[in-house]
Amino acid sequence: MDRMPGWADALLVPLISLLVAFAISSLVILAIGENPWEAMKLMVTGALGSSYGWGYTLYYATNFIFTGLAVSVAFHAGLFNIGGEGQATLGGLGVALACLFVPWPHWSLALIGAAAMGAAFGALWAALPAWLQARRGSHIVITTIMFNFIAASLLNYVLVNVLRPTGSMDPATARFPAGTNLPGIGDMLTAIGIPFARTTPANISLFVAIGACILVWALIWRTRLGYEIRAFGKSEKAAVYAGISPVRITMLAMLISGALAGLMAINNVMGEAERLVLNSVEGAGFIGIAVALMGRSHPFGVLLAALLFGFLYQGGAELALWTSIPRELITVIQALVILFTGALDNMVRQPVEALFLRARKGAK
Amino acid sequence: MDLPTLLQILDSMIRLGAPLLLACLAGLFSERAGIFDIGLEGKMLSAAFLSAAVAFVTGSVWLGVLAGLVAALMMSAIHGLASITFRGNQLISGVAINFLASGLTVLLGQYWFALGGRTPSLEGAARFMPITLPFARELREVPVIGPIYYELISGHTALVYVAFALVPLSWWLLYRTRFGLRLRAVGENPAAVDTAGVSVVGIRYAAVAICGLLTGLAGAYLACGLSAGFVKEMTAGRGYIALAALIFAKWRPWQALGATMLFGLLEAVANRYQSLNLWGVPLPVQFMQALPYILTVIILAGFVGKAIPPRAGGQPYVKER
Repeated sequence: MDRMPGWADALLVPLISLLVAFAISSLVILAIGENPWEAMKLMVTGALGSSYGWGYTLYYATNFIFTGLAVSVAFHAGLFNIGGEGQATLGGLGVALACLFVPWPHWSLALIGAAAMGAAFGALWAALPAWLQARRGSHIVITTIMFNFIAASLLNYVLVNVLRPTGSMDPATARFPAGTNLPGIGDMLTAIGIPFARTTPANISLFVAIGACILVWALIWRTRLGYEIRAFGKSEKAAVYAGISPVRITMLAMLISGALAGLMAINNVMGEAERLVLNSVEGAGFIGIAVALMGRSHPFGVLLAALLFGFLYQGGAELALWTSIPRELITVIQALVILFTGALDNMVRQPVEALFLRARKGAK
Repeated sequence: MDLPTLLQILDSMIRLGAPLLLACLAGLFSERAGIFDIGLEGKMLSAAFLSAAVAFVTGSVWLGVLAGLVAALMMSAIHGLASITFRGNQLISGVAINFLASGLTVLLGQYWFALGGRTPSLEGAARFMPITLPFARELREVPVIGPIYYELISGHTALVYVAFALVPLSWWLLYRTRFGLRLRAVGENPAAVDTAGVSVVGIRYAAVAICGLLTGLAGAYLACGLSAGFVKEMTAGRGYIALAALIFAKWRPWQALGATMLFGLLEAVANRYQSLNLWGVPLPVQFMQALPYILTVIILAGFVGKAIPPRAGGQPYVKER
């Protein structure tokens, strides 16, 4: 066997990639005349040093869990869904419609209704690219990119011309009725006696996200559909030979992926903003790519990676507040993580693999 | 619509279409050699930033262009390293490059100029000046041809003419030279090229480098020609529109000219009219902005002719052992 052990493949390689990415990020911070160690300390205290910081970290992480899972499910089917941004945008529209036009008696019912609408709208936005890939062979990466832009224009139109309250200049919907406001993590923890800042945007959607992780895990590794998705992703020819329909799997995987991205809106639109604004997704759809790559498309890995990016986001905001380092530092770190855990994976993997093989030869 | 209005719209079509054309030709070379490149946006952005920064500091637009080329080439080198040498996923590498450019430009811009990611405005020799072609003024009074020559053909900046000249040049290079034949072959069947004793890796790196040079020109034009200085995210999705135009053109140079000018025209019209009425149907400005993307999806769907990408596109080449 000329392969390295499973733990090295699943843990060691991503960890080294991550370290390389962070090392280069430190060099970038040095290059702009700041101290990377001080910056790191500031980020840790800002994001994890208080319940206020944790609230924001968890809020961002919730977004990234949804989009990370969305990208992961598509990855398992061998599809690169780069359209999480557009699907989450449409999910926001679905959530906004559910919150604005249905008189919900209780927030829990509103959450179920809004989640269903968000997921449905997200899935709908993924359906056409999926169908074009499955039936017409159009490359899903290109079509989902195009759909991101179309979604942005569509939302712009709907907000400016349809959903904007009369007399308002702001391209945004009205505030959602109070009955749809979700309980925050702070309220929930304070209620059971744990002191936690009550002004943070983290809300009950976090638990929905964790539930989604478990469901995706069960789907991918414990159901027939999950098996078919993985088989199709590994080898389309073998899957077809085994009687798996490529059209069916492509459609289902992308619908699930789009639904997960759309679900994100219960966190950012319903939980935080409590109205729909332009560009509410704020790049979370793209961060899902980094999260899925780092988490090796495993829900538990996605959860950890989303927490890491949540920390980076909140820490980056604190950095921008207290130092002259702009928030865009996070974009650079994100790029380096995508580069090293994704595109340059072999650069890290090959030397590690060679080391293991040499060690094994020496042992014999 | 009268002639002057039409000429103004066509004139802005050329100005807005030129960066798309440069980026589209860049993507053409890369993708024809089998290297997908969704990082056109990032390369343009990094070139726009560095060209504006250097043009401002040195006061010379040509040094700026040179710096822009260097910036885009460095991004290309990362893409080449990831997708050719380490056989990584080309799409993921492209995504990474877009984010890298988006973050680094602001980070460095803030560090150097402290203007929130902008560069200071470029003036004088730090910018491209419009070139008045010979006899443009003299012929201006000649009906129809005069205004067309004066308004439309004359009076653009140097890189616009470069962009247009690159169309026949690219065609000649791709279809009439040995290098072009090999480049196209590497994108269709790299194993055959390898068998003939030509380095697949070498040709692919050359293609990626050409892509870097052309996106470098596109970025430099955006920052020093179309506007006067760099602003955050100034490419504004043009890299993706160029990608769309490339598919629209079915990976061919002359058609790339047509596609980019069409998308330039859409942008020019959307800039000029906030809302359009076409045969009684009101077209919102958002629809005009989304139209390039919608058209590309329709083309990709294969309902209007089929767009078939180079066969070996996106696959790293593994030499047989």
